[in-house]
Amino acid sequence: MRIATLCGMGFGTSMMLKLFIDEILTADGIKAQIIPWDLGSFKGQQVDIVVAPTDMGTHLKGYDGRVVLIKNLVDKEEIREKIIAAIRELQDT
Amino acid sequence: MSEKAKGTNNRPNLLDLLTKRTVQARQSVSTWEEAADRVGKLLVGAGTVEQRYVDAMKQVFRDMGAYAVIAPGIVLLHARPEDGVIEPTFGMVTLATPVPFGHPDNDPVDIVLAFGAVDKQAHITALQQLAKLLMDPAAVERIRTASDDQELVSLIRSLNSGSELTSGP
Repeated sequence: MRIATLCGMGFGTSMMLKLFIDEILTADGIKAQIIPWDLGSFKGQQVDIVVAPTDMGTHLKGYDGRVVLIKNLVDKEEIREKIIAAIRELQDT
Repeated sequence: MSEKAKGTNNRPNLLDLLTKRTVQARQSVSTWEEAADRVGKLLVGAGTVEQRYVDAMKQVFRDMGAYAVIAPGIVLLHARPEDGVIEPTFGMVTLATPVPFGHPDNDPVDIVLAFGAVDKQAHITALQQLAKLLMDPAAVERIRTASDDQELVSLIRSLNSGSELTSGP
């Protein structure tokens, strides 16, 4: 499974998200490759799940894959709930 | 990079970067630009970024949207390494009165964080430590209410001590 975390430049917000998701998934025994990406170079990439800050949703309008939007990027519970739900959905399809 | 900020594996600890030179408490500003200038000035003063980096941080914020307001009341500003970063750096300014940054959910902001990265790796340890700190609502509340620079610096030290976040030798 490949998960992309997105932000404008690929090493601030997206890196922070990657660090959190790494920790959450490791704790739950879920194996995934989590890649921080900047919006510009992400275009055209294939991943299973995209995770981005809520406010970035508008930049993802044309993207038809699975998108998880996070409102509070330091709220581990919000991140955990949303990412686990997306992974379950993915496994069910 | 200065000897002090080098740390292990060339990845400095947050504690070596958030010091009395780069931390200011209870500042008064009236706009988000002023808030960004205030934290930028600290980094310029510490010799870790060029002045143009401060302008770049503001431009990135304007271009990319308000997602940099990562949590209620907290903004994390940065630009690109090539925008004038001299060495990995972090700064923190808390505001006496919160100001709006234009985020639909997380406004207004009273904890203004900024960092400069030289590549995609050297700032990771400090960023991870910062993330851990911000994840703790009690710690954030104490940062928010610290009344002066010295208290804020001591607080950051105490919040990190005794955990995996402690500074290297």
